[in-house]
Amino acid sequence: MPDQLLFAMEVTLNGLMAGVLYALVALGFVLIYKASGIFNYAQGVMALFAAMTLVGIMDGQVPFSHLINAIFGTDVHHFGWHLPGLLAILLTMVVMAVLAWGVQQFVMRHLIGQEPIILFMATIGLAYFLEGVADLMWGSEIRKLDVGLPQGINETIDGVTYDMFGYGFFIDNLDIVATVIAALLVIALVIFSQYTKQGRAMRAVADDHQAALSVGISLNFIWVMVWSVAGFVALVAGIMWGTKSGVQFSLSLIALKALPVLMLGGFTSIPGAIVGGLIIGVGEKLFDFLFGPMLGGATENWFAYVLALLFLVFRPQGLFGDRIIERV
Amino acid sequence: MKKKLTALALGAMLAAGPAMAELVVPSLSYRTGPYAANGIPFADGYADYFTLLNERDGGIGGEMIKIVECETGYNTEKGVECYEGTKGDSPMVYEPLSTGITYQLIPKVTADGIPMHTLGYGRTSAKNGAVFRNIFNYPANYWDGASVAIKHILDQEGGDLKGKKIALVYHNSAYGKEPIRTLEELAKKHGYELSLLPVDHPGQEQKSQWLQIRRERPDYVIMWGWGVMNQVAIQEAVNIRFPMDHFIGIWWSGSENDVLPAGDKADGYKALTFHNLGSDYPIYDDLKKYVVEGGKAAGAGDQLGTALYNRGMYAAMLAAEAIKTAQGLAGTSAITPAQMRDGMEALEITEEKMAGLGLPNFGPAFKVSCENHGGDGYAAVAQWDAKAGSWSLITDYMQSDQEVLAPLVEADSMAYAKENGITPGCN
Repeated sequence: MPDQLLFAMEVTLNGLMAGVLYALVALGFVLIYKASGIFNYAQGVMALFAAMTLVGIMDGQVPFSHLINAIFGTDVHHFGWHLPGLLAILLTMVVMAVLAWGVQQFVMRHLIGQEPIILFMATIGLAYFLEGVADLMWGSEIRKLDVGLPQGINETIDGVTYDMFGYGFFIDNLDIVATVIAALLVIALVIFSQYTKQGRAMRAVADDHQAALSVGISLNFIWVMVWSVAGFVALVAGIMWGTKSGVQFSLSLIALKALPVLMLGGFTSIPGAIVGGLIIGVGEKLFDFLFGPMLGGATENWFAYVLALLFLVFRPQGLFGDRIIERV
Repeated sequence: MKKKLTALALGAMLAAGPAMAELVVPSLSYRTGPYAANGIPFADGYADYFTLLNERDGGIGGEMIKIVECETGYNTEKGVECYEGTKGDSPMVYEPLSTGITYQLIPKVTADGIPMHTLGYGRTSAKNGAVFRNIFNYPANYWDGASVAIKHILDQEGGDLKGKKIALVYHNSAYGKEPIRTLEELAKKHGYELSLLPVDHPGQEQKSQWLQIRRERPDYVIMWGWGVMNQVAIQEAVNIRFPMDHFIGIWWSGSENDVLPAGDKADGYKALTFHNLGSDYPIYDDLKKYVVEGGKAAGAGDQLGTALYNRGMYAAMLAAEAIKTAQGLAGTSAITPAQMRDGMEALEITEEKMAGLGLPNFGPAFKVSCENHGGDGYAAVAQWDAKAGSWSLITDYMQSDQEVLAPLVEADSMAYAKENGITPGCN
């Protein structure tokens, strides 16, 4: 088999894996948009906040320690424990649920019935607020996140492909884990929304929240639940990306990777987020492999948006988004 | 009534403005945003050194130093706003800690007659002081860095790079592109093959670049990164099992922040530096005694001895020594920005001087002149020891290849002079 074809196959596989990581971020956007019509600008910062909280809890860091020490003249920094990853993840989920409640109670509840642009602006404010709170709570240092996920080349795939083609493919173990987790997450979300009472209520609210309200569904509860689930998805995305680069403020910028995925897959479809992620991941990696050397490289960021724009021209609602019908 | 109002207004003006017996040193820092983890230790080191001089020595030449910190968030527009907001206070020198901000401020500080120091960043050809009268980039610049990296590789390869492959992984910005011309010129001289791998901001996804490195198997990788790009690149290099001792970063890719997320596997990674690392210097005793224990540290006091804290402290030390030189030249302690510029141009850093400051062997000796605002271009290579959690110098300070670099500096600075209608000169 020609070398270029082998390399293209390797790039395609890695593109699929990268696409799953993009989709993980996009999923959080979809959940909130689907249930409440809000484009949550703060989703990337939620991933940052979740990952910082996770590392802080694992390392036993006292939240707001710099502030406490500055005000009271104390010198407290750590509780002196180091929690196992799973327990810390559970505690972080509780924190994300409390955050969801806070967002609903203090921000979104007061904006019911407002124009979508107002709600969008509120989430911009929320993003900056959360970023500041995360900084105050946990500090700005870059921290290693280790919840026991494997990283590095997968030896089996390397060996098998070497035996088959005389060239071993590189696939990162972390990307494989991310793919499995993303698949489980999507299955869980589908089961939750199709087969549970709360899930059905969530779908009812997504279809028509006034009709849902009229049959006794608590909008407040459903929206807190949706923000909590989006917070959980943000935590998963934060763990995956934070394991790659360390937990740091740049994590909030992963939202940039989710936007073309949403444009392509649609804002209202969970499968759309996954398929959109895969198309963007493969598309940008293959384009960079084939045309990058001719164009000076670094084509991935802009190509993802060009690809999404092309789809927008032909399907403004995205591949799987609800069809836009306006009656006049 | 009118008199009372005038008196009140005068009083308010006096209270708002700097005290007469103070030398103002602005610190354009970034303690928030994606680059805060790097901005904080540098800003702490910069401020703590001046605080030490104030607390221990009563300032410089009897003049207290007033640090005016302004948050830029590593954002060029905010950096320019910080400059505009502080330039009226007769600032001694600006250290913007951003190549983007530097490029915006070069014409402004020149027009306003205020000196600017860009320590190991900014516009390389500002080394030619005959063109860039107010800009100083001693002791080393990016082109020096590129050249020293190649010198180190030459040493590793027994002086012959013919047929060798070197890849440059760089931040796809003006900063990241700085070494390309130098590396291309050096490739002609030494016969190595250079491949260029740009990484878009912020650099969280670099799979394509590292798959290419895995396919092409370069002998060495040089990195020009910043922020999250560094951590991801080091992790990806670990993932593809690229030998860490063949991976060399510029000094902005050589802090503890860059290597710690990759854990033990980052062991052996190399980075350039133009100053020493660690905290085994007498000055740290004074910093602890007069600054940290006195509760006067700029930050939490937990950054002492880190690579970027040392760099911030080194920048402050160079500014303080320039102030002393300027005071000597002007015959007065209350110097103006123009006199500070003259002091920077006459600055001489000797080993004896550094030892006297509690920083023996901390960096190379150099002398600034009108023709040479950039020092002599010495840098060394440091290597990360993951087990010890520290950097250590593994080479002596090496001078960059002036035979190649001097014509490049001359050509670039003269092109700038022509574009901007500047008549080069030292009188």
